[in-house]
Amino acid sequence: MKISFTKLTIILLILFIMGVFFVSLSKDSMYNTKNLVGKKLNNVQLKSFTDDKIISEIDLIKNKFTLINFWASWCTPCQKEHPFLLSLKGQKNLHLIGVNFKDNKNNAEAFLKKLGDPYHYLARDDNGKQSINFGIYGIPESILIDENLIIIKKFIGPLSKADLKFIKEKTNEY
Amino acid sequence: MLSTLGNSLLIINSALSVIIIIFGYKNLLKKQENIFNSIFQICILQNTIIIVCFFTLITAFILSDFSLIAVYQNSHTLKPLFYKILGTWGNHEGSLLLWIIILTIFSFLFLIINKSHSKNFRIYTLIIQNFIILSFLVFLLLNSNPFSIVVPAPKEGLGLNPILQDPALAIHPPLLYIGFVGSSIYFSAAIASLLANYEGKNFAISIKNWVMFSWIFQTLGILAGSIWAYYELGWGGFWFWDPVENSSLLPWFAMTALLHSLIVLEKRNLLYFWVILLCLLTFILTVTGTFLVRSGILNSVHSFASDPSRGIFILIFLCLMIFASVIIFFNKYKKTYLALNLNSKETFILINNWFMIFYLVTVLIGTIYPIFTDVLTDQKVSVGPPFYNTVIMPIVVLFLVIMTVGPQASWIKNKYYNLSLLFKILAASILINLAIINFFDSYSILSNFIIISAFFLIIHNLFELYVSSKNKINFSKSISHMGFGLLVLFIGLNHNFSLEKDFNLKLGEKKNFNNYSIEFKDIQLIDSKNYQAIKGEFKIKNSSNSISQSLFPEIRIYENPQTLTYEASIRTGFLKDYYLTMSNIDRSDYYNIKFQKKPFMVWIWISVIFISLGGTLRLFQK
Repeated sequence: MKISFTKLTIILLILFIMGVFFVSLSKDSMYNTKNLVGKKLNNVQLKSFTDDKIISEIDLIKNKFTLINFWASWCTPCQKEHPFLLSLKGQKNLHLIGVNFKDNKNNAEAFLKKLGDPYHYLARDDNGKQSINFGIYGIPESILIDENLIIIKKFIGPLSKADLKFIKEKTNEY
Repeated sequence: MLSTLGNSLLIINSALSVIIIIFGYKNLLKKQENIFNSIFQICILQNTIIIVCFFTLITAFILSDFSLIAVYQNSHTLKPLFYKILGTWGNHEGSLLLWIIILTIFSFLFLIINKSHSKNFRIYTLIIQNFIILSFLVFLLLNSNPFSIVVPAPKEGLGLNPILQDPALAIHPPLLYIGFVGSSIYFSAAIASLLANYEGKNFAISIKNWVMFSWIFQTLGILAGSIWAYYELGWGGFWFWDPVENSSLLPWFAMTALLHSLIVLEKRNLLYFWVILLCLLTFILTVTGTFLVRSGILNSVHSFASDPSRGIFILIFLCLMIFASVIIFFNKYKKTYLALNLNSKETFILINNWFMIFYLVTVLIGTIYPIFTDVLTDQKVSVGPPFYNTVIMPIVVLFLVIMTVGPQASWIKNKYYNLSLLFKILAASILINLAIINFFDSYSILSNFIIISAFFLIIHNLFELYVSSKNKINFSKSISHMGFGLLVLFIGLNHNFSLEKDFNLKLGEKKNFNNYSIEFKDIQLIDSKNYQAIKGEFKIKNSSNSISQSLFPEIRIYENPQTLTYEASIRTGFLKDYYLTMSNIDRSDYYNIKFQKKPFMVWIWISVIFISLGGTLRLFQK
């Protein structure tokens, strides 16, 4: 059978679309951040709170463990978890990164001045877009990663005493 | 008992479809010019049985027979009777049965109404339609059976999702399905036309009313869905470019294109293969939409409890359908030389079709793009209103202008334009636009263009209406076109003059902004039959005309299934709507209040009614 180039292209295109539909059937369409545990972070680009410097994967590999905490001055539960973050500041093998989420700069500074600054590095995400890459639903949320950028655990909501214990044990193991 | 009855009826119906296909095939082989009487009889039986089958399911819902899984999952003894009945098609299985009913009835009506058309064409249509019916029956029986039983039968059902407990749901799915599924008949007829070599004008005449009929229902179905979203979802919008909404819009674009090119086929015997392609495309898009929605590969406001095995069934059906139609089309396709004069009605209709295809492709890409990025790059993205607004809106201006000028052109070669009239109308449109900016508020350059071109179309069609009613000629087209102009205009004004305010209030407090003050007057607890509610009373005062109105938003707690819903309080007016929702804030006396002023909401609905009214008038005109 002779078949023209146009016809062949159309048939292949349809096959391709149907194939994609078929594969997508077995994919989880829900935006589920639980699956992120055990996966590697990529596309990290966190803008510094004070200047235009950008922190990326290369900066994160330097630390044995990093806890990335997403917070804002307008978030009441963030105040609740703040003492826990402060108590983690001296923890060995652990680096703390704060991501100030959709916040007003002055309010954020006042918040840290009043309650203390637990972070080794402070980044900001003015429109909340960067946080999506980390699978953030709402704040506060924190992610513990290791030096290979693998997500060890996600903490949704304010850190609790049990979470604190987990982080301390994990980083002491090393 | 009802389960056995329902299942038996479905099996008998499947057998009847097979018999119709066999008898139809035999009839094709005979040289005689008439259709076997037995075929008509079986078709009548098939229709009766499927309707009885549907009433069996309705009865199960009314009697709350929880031994049926569909009833157990979607009903509850405490539900009002009205919502028990609605529950029949408020779920995947029941709505699929509704699909099959429409497929079956349309198949029979097409057979008996098109008496004057060729036998082979009618029989081929019947056979193909019965293949579709059979596929859906198999799907229903094997995968989505509304008559499946639960053993032991539960004492109580799980209830209907509260957001579906809305009167709009009574009409939205049936309207939409008549539109959607109605398109199956011209899909079948198109294939039949290719197989029976029944071309040109006669084919156009045989399907034109069916296209119009399904288009009217599709339009109204989309409208009912929008109204439901506006009143029930509590976000204050009426169109969200949600994948499911898009799925209903895609066949609509194809239908609208088809509607117009059919006129060319009927009057000038041109564009035959293009018309066939649009017929095929409309139903293929319908099934694609069904696949996207029912398989759960896309998230949306209408998440039917999704299930991948369902997706496989629909996907296989879709593939068979597409490849069968593509192969038949390629085999029969003959290259035709299209001799069109650039300035003629034919050309303008073709341009209309290009626009429709452009919109269709845009919406299709936006809808399925997230699936492709997820599969190919493992990234989850969503395509939202900014994409659609950026791509579609600027093109609308050009579309409206061509929509104004195009219908005036005459067939074959246009010689005359009433340019002075067009300029006068354009000048009037610009003046009205300037007046709006001057008296109210200014808006973007694009909005200026959109509003001017909308007025251009509206005024021109009003003039047409006046002229044609005086000369007693067909004015249905002008009504639809004017309706479309009004729709664009009111969406534009609504978009530019909406006011939205978010704030927290506690009982007794008052909030002032712009010309408004909103006072939180009272709060009450209500016990209703199937829910409890917290009802707030808010007094809204407009200081510019010192009119005050009270709104009563609710926070409802439904028992079955346990769900919290926020019921917006909407005060609908001739010129504007006030829209207020309240939600509680945990461990606080404050409530979060969202207030919106939405101008011309009613007019958006009325515009769409005008669009479909034009179609309805056309249907009744000789």
